[in-house]
Amino acid sequence: MLTISGSPHLHGDNSTKKIMYGVVTAMLPAMVVAIWYFGLGALEIIVLSVGFSLFFEWLIQKYLIKGPLTITDGSAMVTGILLAFNVPSNLPWWMIIIGALVAIGIGKMSFGGLGKNIFNPALVSRVFLLVSFPVAMTSWPKPSPITKTLVDTITGPTPLGFVKEGLGAGKTLAELSQHLPGYGQQLMGQMGGSLGEVSALALIIGGIYMLWKKIITWEIPVSVLVTVFVFSGILWQIDPLHYTNPVFNLLTGGIMLGAIFMATDMVTSPMTRGGQLLFGFGIGLITMLIRVWGAYPEGVSFAILLMNSVVPLINKGFKPKRFGTVKMAA
Amino acid sequence: MGFLKTFVLGGIHPPENKLSAGKPIRSLSVPVQVVVPMGQNLGAPSKPVVKRGDKVKTGQLIAEAGGFISSNVHSPVSGTIFKIDNMMDASGFRRPAFIIKVEGDEWMDGIDNTETFVKDVTLSSEEIIAKVKNAGIVGMGGATFPTHVKLMVPPGRNAEYLIINGVECEPYLTADHQLMLEKGPEIVVGTKILMKALKVNRAVIGIENNKPDAIKLMRDLTAEEEGIVVQPLKVKYPQGGEKQLIKAVTNREVPSGKLPIEVGCVVQNVGTAFAVYEAVTKNKPLIERVVTVTGKALENPSNLRVRIGTPVRALVDEAGGFPDDTGKIIGGGPMMGKALATLDVPVVKGTSGILLQREEAAHRPVEGPCIRCSKCTQVCPMGLEPFLLSRLARVGNYEAAEGEGVMDCIECGSCQYTCPAKIPLLDYLRLGKNKVGVLIRARTKR
Ligand code: SF4
Ligand code: SF4
Repeated sequence: MLTISGSPHLHGDNSTKKIMYGVVTAMLPAMVVAIWYFGLGALEIIVLSVGFSLFFEWLIQKYLIKGPLTITDGSAMVTGILLAFNVPSNLPWWMIIIGALVAIGIGKMSFGGLGKNIFNPALVSRVFLLVSFPVAMTSWPKPSPITKTLVDTITGPTPLGFVKEGLGAGKTLAELSQHLPGYGQQLMGQMGGSLGEVSALALIIGGIYMLWKKIITWEIPVSVLVTVFVFSGILWQIDPLHYTNPVFNLLTGGIMLGAIFMATDMVTSPMTRGGQLLFGFGIGLITMLIRVWGAYPEGVSFAILLMNSVVPLINKGFKPKRFGTVKMAA
Repeated sequence: MGFLKTFVLGGIHPPENKLSAGKPIRSLSVPVQVVVPMGQNLGAPSKPVVKRGDKVKTGQLIAEAGGFISSNVHSPVSGTIFKIDNMMDASGFRRPAFIIKVEGDEWMDGIDNTETFVKDVTLSSEEIIAKVKNAGIVGMGGATFPTHVKLMVPPGRNAEYLIINGVECEPYLTADHQLMLEKGPEIVVGTKILMKALKVNRAVIGIENNKPDAIKLMRDLTAEEEGIVVQPLKVKYPQGGEKQLIKAVTNREVPSGKLPIEVGCVVQNVGTAFAVYEAVTKNKPLIERVVTVTGKALENPSNLRVRIGTPVRALVDEAGGFPDDTGKIIGGGPMMGKALATLDVPVVKGTSGILLQREEAAHRPVEGPCIRCSKCTQVCPMGLEPFLLSRLARVGNYEAAEGEGVMDCIECGSCQYTCPAKIPLLDYLRLGKNKVGVLIRARTKR
């Protein structure tokens, strides 16, 4: 039988599946670090989060939507891992299951499934968990290499939280910084935080991998990070006693995870490079506003969700340059 | 060798698969019957000047241009007009065609059917254009726009550059490449004839860098020629698109909705330049062309010189026969060609290749939801947003699609090739273009 179909008759070998599993691969280094520092608790959270994300997607597609089953496309797995990355490693097991339900059910399926959601599903769920279980979501286990302890881990604040609280209590940065992890520890991830956000190095390796595989482009991560660096740098220049330095701002908190893995989510980010730069700038700016003047020590999640909501607008404003259209004289 | 010139926006690099590269052009013997469609050009169909039962000679006019944008058709064989009927051709269209029973190969008087090389041409611009028109030459890269129309520069416009398209950016196709290697001197004379017709003193022959032998040869051949340069180009699809080629060579951008002459350029394919040479120096009308017959399962992928009207089956037989697991027959290249329903369609003036795809490659991958990755936008050479245009066309919002530039789409297929969700974007884009075309025509009528 001869097939008759319109051109083109060739198709590239890229696919949604390849992209999604590429993202999963890029998250492996951060996963390894998480398990290294936070032990089996981290592994448990990741397994539960991924397993139930896949399960809920299957359940909803099979019994509610009664449409095609797409759990093998990798997107639910990505959401599951990202959700796990955004919670503390000692989160009670049932909370992460609720989280998976919110991420997949509300964050993704209620919009119509893959590609139709406005907000990053993992972040929708993270914010839901943060609001619903504020204590559990902000008690951070202290990292200790898996080889050293298998006893109950001790909890403590994240560096950002510690600084914010300390400054609020009238302490100076000089006093506080003695108790902070060094840059090396920050880079490696030996500090309190959500299980996937701690190691800047592991996240950057993943980011480079995604750039190499052309899964993401540089615009979003770079614009987020540059904005944070510049913004915090200016404040630090003005008053180094009350504002943390830009390197600290880049290496702690969820900014690396957010910039590299959450903000770059294709579905919920702008389509053109110009739009992506604005989007990244907005995320960096809102993050810093929350960190410096907001009620929470960290604001990356809110910043990304806020910017997600204006993506349709950004897409209207930032069109690609059309061939053969003369630029308006400015 | 530093940065090679190319166009700026978008573009892709599909596997080249030039299986028939370097294969000398073989002449296919004249078949026992040919089917010659009346209209083989973009524009108005031609009008028959012979009727059923008439005897015709090779090269005899059998249909004449039916309008300004139209072209003459000549009999590619000698014999008897057996029937005039609607037939599908290798461009995928059904149109009225002459079915001619072949008897011998008796050429019209006055046509020089030898290989003797003629170098000097003393005709004026008008005489050249008249000859090109008489010979029924159309763009042989596949667009089939009547060549003489392109040579008549509209009043108020000025041609500065002739660009000869030797890009052949479609994967698999090698006909133009091989023609350059074998008919280089003729193509150079053809180029000079075209320059004279257009009254320009600058011509650029654009060739992609994957054909170094052709670049070298054409450079050697034009070394002494005033005003003709060979421009090597970075390999990138769709560089053979007129607008992309002009951008690559001159850095000029043809404005949206306008023709190349707007920026002083006229583009002609190397095959067309060769046909012009034959028409002007030898009075030979366009009755044969070089066709690449190729495919991974084909025994002997070839470049064949065939008479217009020859059934595709004869070409495939010459290239080793029809492989069993063929899933698709494509007239043209894999990116812009048309799928054919049978092998019993004739080669037409615009047939640059015949590609047989295996069963496994013939089917489209399963479509998934758009993941808004913007890759389609990144590769679109026209700077469009294919995901948006296809969605607008899908829901029938054609006014919006027009505003978003759907008519600029050159149907290169880069977006669909690239889309990870395997969405048949171009199907929807074509639908959108059709509907917007109807809207525009309705508007101009009022
Ligand atoms: S087919 Fe049209 S929309 Fe798609 S890439 Fe080519 S020009 Fe752009
Ligand atoms: S390439 Fe495909 S999946 Fe990506 S934005 Fe375009 S249409 Fe959507």
